[in-house]
Formats: sequence, structure tokens, C-alpha cells
Amino acid sequence: MTPFLKQTGSTLFSLALTFLGLLIVTFIIARVVPVDPVTALLGERATAAQIAEMRARLGLDDPIWRQFGIYLWDVAHFDLGTSIRSREPVLSEVARYFPATLELSTLATIFGVLFGVPAGVLGATRPGSIFDQFTRLFGLIGYSMPVFWLGLIGLLVFYGQLGWVGGPGRLDSAYQMAFEFNVTPVTNMILIDTALAGEWEMFANAISHIILPAGILAWLSMAYISRMTRSFMMNELGQEYMTTARVKGMSEARVIWVHGLRNTMVPLITVIALSYAYLLEGAVLTETIFAWPGLGRYITDALLIGDMPAVLGGTIVVGCVYIGLNMVSDILYRLADPRAR
Amino acid sequence: MTYLPFSRRAGAAALAGLMLTAAPAALMAETPADTLVVAAAIDDIVSLDPAEAYEFSGLDMVNNVYDGLVEINPTTLELEPGLAESWSVAEDGMTYTFKMKAGVTFASGNPVTAEAAAWSLQRAVKLNKTPAFILNQFGWAADNVDAMIMGAGDTLTIKVSKPFAPTFLYNCLTAGVASIVDAETVKAQDVAGDMGNEWLKANSAGTGAYVLKGFKPNEGLILEARPGYWRGDAKLKNVFIQHIPEAATERLQLEKGDVDVARSLTPTDVEGMTGNADVKIQSDVGGQVYYMAFNQKNENYKNAKFLDAMRYAIDYQGMADTIMKGAVIPHQAFLPQGYLGALDDLPYALDLEKAKALIAESGITDPTIKLSVRNSADRIDVATSIQNTFGQAGIKVELDVGEGADQLKAYRARTHDATLQTWGPDYPDPNTNSSTFAENPDNSDEANNTGYLAWRNAYDPGEMTAKSQAAALEQDSEKRKAIYAELQKTHRETSPFIVMFQQARQTGLRAGVEGFYTGGAVDAAAYWLATK
Repeated sequence: MTPFLKQTGSTLFSLALTFLGLLIVTFIIARVVPVDPVTALLGERATAAQIAEMRARLGLDDPIWRQFGIYLWDVAHFDLGTSIRSREPVLSEVARYFPATLELSTLATIFGVLFGVPAGVLGATRPGSIFDQFTRLFGLIGYSMPVFWLGLIGLLVFYGQLGWVGGPGRLDSAYQMAFEFNVTPVTNMILIDTALAGEWEMFANAISHIILPAGILAWLSMAYISRMTRSFMMNELGQEYMTTARVKGMSEARVIWVHGLRNTMVPLITVIALSYAYLLEGAVLTETIFAWPGLGRYITDALLIGDMPAVLGGTIVVGCVYIGLNMVSDILYRLADPRAR
Repeated sequence: MTYLPFSRRAGAAALAGLMLTAAPAALMAETPADTLVVAAAIDDIVSLDPAEAYEFSGLDMVNNVYDGLVEINPTTLELEPGLAESWSVAEDGMTYTFKMKAGVTFASGNPVTAEAAAWSLQRAVKLNKTPAFILNQFGWAADNVDAMIMGAGDTLTIKVSKPFAPTFLYNCLTAGVASIVDAETVKAQDVAGDMGNEWLKANSAGTGAYVLKGFKPNEGLILEARPGYWRGDAKLKNVFIQHIPEAATERLQLEKGDVDVARSLTPTDVEGMTGNADVKIQSDVGGQVYYMAFNQKNENYKNAKFLDAMRYAIDYQGMADTIMKGAVIPHQAFLPQGYLGALDDLPYALDLEKAKALIAESGITDPTIKLSVRNSADRIDVATSIQNTFGQAGIKVELDVGEGADQLKAYRARTHDATLQTWGPDYPDPNTNSSTFAENPDNSDEANNTGYLAWRNAYDPGEMTAKSQAAALEQDSEKRKAIYAELQKTHRETSPFIVMFQQARQTGLRAGVEGFYTGGAVDAAAYWLATK
């Protein structure tokens, strides 16, 4: 077995363990929270007999280990249960909501990287310069302002006052209706679906809607990425190989953007993956403000009405994404750093 | 340094990016002229099958897509013939004959027949989803409903198990669960004996002004007008209900003109829009009542003088005007305004001297109340106001703030001391509230009659139980009205309940929108009369 395969094998094993741990924790949380799914399901008017019947139907009277066994078996068969509220399979609901979040977070991360990495590198090469101070301040604001507030102010200014961007929702209502009638959802990602359907006007409208929430999340992501890039880069700039490269007569740009940046890639990949994962699960408030039908809002709404199967299903998906991103960053890590192969 | 050119290039790219992203804004459309765009929180929808829909948003849709035998006129909120043009009740009060309107068709083009009407009601009873209890009150069950509801030709015969008040049946027939569905179409969509339940969650088969064109949970639903509606075609071709959960966002969209109607505005949003000529506010009432209830397991709450003292120690008007700012109106009877026999007078007002005197007469010294309140801002505000005025009257109030579901559990188990709650009527007949507030057939713990609010407070309403039950059987509508008036009066003077408010609704409309009706306390929203 090559060391690479061996390492991959052990990574997979630890992933499986992580996943099992995730299942156990989510299951326990669902059973410990003081939300009675039966009350949530039947409401205020239920009779004692109805409550008893529902408890039996949901298997809540079984011993806890048995309940967990059934739960594991179901998850292993890609059955995340049925939402209490909608009585739809959780998996198909998540499949509908997750792409909206994925689209938003991916766009935000792309922006975050495109602006964050150069800003970090430039800041590191000219520490204390006006540019550096400005990016740090800008980052600090993005970091510390509540996203809820940023979202509302953003809407007020760019949508309400200036009219530069579209409002809440993924499309204007006129386009939204046309979308329902004319476009068959393929990916449930609005930009991709409208593009696939060749509805370019709709596509443009979707961009005008996604740009603000994605921009605000990108700010958050940029703040983190630029800060980390800056500090990784500062570290590299002091290394001897940098001096060697300069002595060899390499242009300063090549020294920094090729040699320096390449060596910051390894920790940077982890940072970007983490920030991406954070956006994928942490966009709840943004999704609420922007009426964005995403996973974060799905889980929150479910939690508020005690729809535990939906909460659990959503959490498991987020957990999987986390695990998956970790795995991807692990692999990229090894590709970027020959020593780790 | 030499990397400057790069930064210049990066700057140019960033600028180009910004311009590109700002450009599509020019393409933004106003709301289409033939479409009513409504912003509302519609995440409560469980199903759009009229036999199952039992949440506000679902019932709004049902009201515009389906009709019942008997309808509520959206402008007057009075009963009027629906798909039945006339009806009569036999001498014994147990058999009703409905004559169906001729020439009415479903959206599919199928004619509305008495058979379809009978099948629809039987279907709702057999499916036995949440709202089925509204129909089951008349003695219908899966095993007898085929014999009790029968349709032939243009005549529908309905038998009931007791000589109920005719208005009770008519009112219940206006509920969404009693909607008439296109039997042929729905039968064709049966999957494993579900009588088309699954299919109707995302499709429609009714006689209403609109048909359902699309529904995405937590995103929106689209209705399209159909020609030939028996009450007159809808004025606007499409209705688009967009799910906007955040009130501030709704307000922004309304002011911007991206929506025509905003339905979940907070009083703060409403206040913030005063002076905006593009927007207007339409106020009416909803069906919920806000009340305090005291558990009579605590002997203090059986003391008539003490109960009376508390009724005078509440600042009804003050709370409605300040902390609830238009979200409620003072209301002091268990039937909400708009219901048959509802009392709209307000005999109680804050009078601390009177309250103090009554406490002295009651013989209770240093009274302390533990008031359960759910942890939402407006409830806590109301509770704090009560705590304050009760304190001035000499009653100490300890607030027990907690999660709604937890508190409900305690309430149903009768372990609370006092609680601040709301109650929404289940169907547009006074029996819905009368039965729960003023009836308690068995006050024992074993009875576990959690469905009765009176039982939850260990309150035995005495002869009110029989009187309320008799009201549901009273054949004469005027007499029935009088019984409910008397029940409410006795109830508010003697029971351990203090009804304080009724829900008020503030709907934001674009200035040009006319004819939007919310249905008040008794019905759901009507879209087909709206113009813009």
C-alpha cells in the first residue's frame, strides 16, 4: 500500500467515526431538548388519547437504544424521516433547500477568496500602509457587525434607496412567476437553472437578487480570509527562501505571488474550507432577512415549531458537508504540500 | 514596488465586477399589472388539501380556490348561499335538504353535482385530518357518513345526530374542511386509497375564482384566475403569495412597490410608514382573544370579590394603545367581535381604588400570583403591565417566563397558578369558544378534559355547561344569540377567566389596491375582488 492510499484509508476511517459521533450527538440533542414533538404535531386541541396514539406511532415509547437503532438503520438507508410539519420526507425537503444555500455560500466564498487573498497578501507586503489599515478596518467591521443588521441596512440602502439591486427573494415577483411556469428546476440553484433554460433576463434578475446577500456574506468571509492570509504571508516573508528567490533575481511580484503564496496555500486551504462550511450552515439570519429559501432557515423554522426530524436531517446534512469539506481540504492539502503526500 | 501593476489590474477587475453586478438592476420589473403580489409568512402551511388545511395561510388559499355549500360574503361577513342555492330543515331538526345551484362548474369543466358535494364531505370525514372534528361534531364518522350525507340529482340530504341549531351547521359548512371538490378529478388521483390527498397538496380541483398553479413550501404560491366563476370573475388574473417571514423586509418591499399587500407587518412598521402616500393601512380584527386564566385549585381564585378586584386592576385601554400599539383592541367577552351573539361592550376599566376595596372585602391578605408567560416580547410586555397595575392594587405578581410548548404542557396538566394565553376559534360558530370557555362536563383530574379551557383551570362552570350545550341545539337563531350573550355576561362576571383583548390586524396595501378583504374574525382572505 502506498503511503498516500494508507493515509486516505485512515482518513476515511476517521470520517466514518466522526459521522457516527455526529449521529449520536444529534440524536441525543433531539431527545434532550424540551420540545415535545407530539405537542408540536397535534397542537393545543389534542385529546389525551390522540397524544398517546401519536407517541406510539412515533415510537417514542420504545427504549432509547431501540429508537437509536431504528434511527441508525434509517439513516443508513438514506431515510432521514418525515417532517412533522409538512409530512414530506426530510431528505427531499433538504434537497430542495440546500441548493439555495449552496449557491449563496459558494458565490460568497468565491468573492471572499477573490478579494480576501489579494488583500491579505498586499497587506502583508506593506504592513502599516494606508491600504493595510483600510483592509484591516474594513475586515473588522465585516467581522463584528451583526449580519442581521448589515443585511437590513444593505437592503435599505442598495435596494430601498438606491435601487441598485433586487429585493428579498431569489427573483422579482414577475420573474418568480415566470420561473415557476417556464423553468424546470434541474439543480434548484437559480442561476444555473435559469442559465440552463436560456432565460437570460431572468438570470440577470437573479444576479441582482443574489448579489447583496452574497456580498454581505462575502464581506464576512473576506474579513476572515484576508486576516489569515495576511498573517500567513507575514510569516512566509521572513523566511530565508524568499531572500534566496530575490537574490536569484526573481521579480518581486513572482517572489510574492508565486513563491510566497504557494507556501501559504496549505493553511489557507483549511481557512477557506472552514469559512465556506461556516457560511453553509451559518447563513440563517441572512436567509431570513433576504427571504432566501435555504437550509439555514429551514432548520431554524423547524426548530421553532419543534419539528425535530427536520432539524436532525438538516443538521446531519450540514455535518456531512463539514466532514466532506474537511476531507476535500485534506486532499488538497496533500496535493499542495509534497511533504504531506 | 514592482507589484503595483498587479494591484492596478486587480482594482480595475474589481470595478468591472461592481459595474457588472449593478447593471442588472436596470432590468428590475414592477409588479405586473394583472397580478396581486402579497407578502406574507406562509410557513404555517401543512397541506393545501381543503380536507386537511387548518392553518391561516392554507385556509386563505382554500377560500379562493374552493367554495362550500354555504359561504361567508367577504364584504359583509354574513352567511350567504354558496354552491347550494337554498336549503330547508325538517321538523325534527335532524334532516337538511340542500338544493344545488345549477350551471356551476369546477375548474376542469365538470359540473357541480349533489353527488360531488356528498363525496367531498364524506371524503373529509373519512380522511379524518386535523379539521375533520368540525364536521364530526354532527355525528358523522367514517362508518356512517355514507348513509348520513347523500346526494342525488340536484339535491343533497344531510342527516345529523341531534337536533342541532341550524346556524351551527351552516356556520360549520362555511369552514374550509367543508369545501366541495371536483370528485371525478380527485378520484382519478387516488394513490393507495388516499382519496387524492397527496395530489391535492400541490394541485387544486375546486369551483373558486382561482386555481392553484404552483406551490413551493416556504417560497410562495401562485393562483391563476379561471373564467366563469359563479360569483363573478376575479378582477386580477394572478395572485402571487410570496413567503416573506421578516416584517421589516415586507415593509421595505411594500414601500418600494415590489409587493402590493404586506400581511405580517408589526405595529412599529405600520407607524414607520405613516406619511408615505404610496402606502395605506387597512385595519380590521382577527379571531384570537387574549386572556388571563386562574387555576381554581388555588382557593383564592374561587373568591368572587378577589376575581372582581383583578378585573379592575388591568389597564385594558392603556396596553392596547401603547405596548400593543394597534395589534389588539380591548375586548372583554369570550366570543370575538364578528361572532353570532358576541358582546362588544367594555364594562371593566382600570380602577385601582375599586380594586383595593374589593381585595379588602375579599378577606384575602397579601395575595401573590404566579403568572406563566411565554417568552415572546409582546406577551412579556403585557405581563409586566399587569404586574405593575396589580402591584399598585396590592396584588404581588411573580412572572414565570418560559417556552410556549412547556407552558402549554403545564397548563394542560393543570399545574399552573395563573397564565396569560391566547385562544383562536376553530370555526365560525359561537359554539367553538363557548364550549371550551363555558363548558366542563367533568372537572375531575381523571377526566383529563384538556380540550376544555374551563377544565384546565379546574373551573366548574355549573349550569353554564348545560346552557352552552343547549345553545348548540337552539333552533331559533335570535334565541340562540341571546343565550350566548347571557353566557358571556355570566362568564366574565363569575369565571376565573379575564378576557382582555381581541387580535387586530393591520394590512399594508399599496395606495392603488382596493377590495382586499382579510375575512375578519370569521373567514379567510378573499383575493378575487381585489383591484389595483
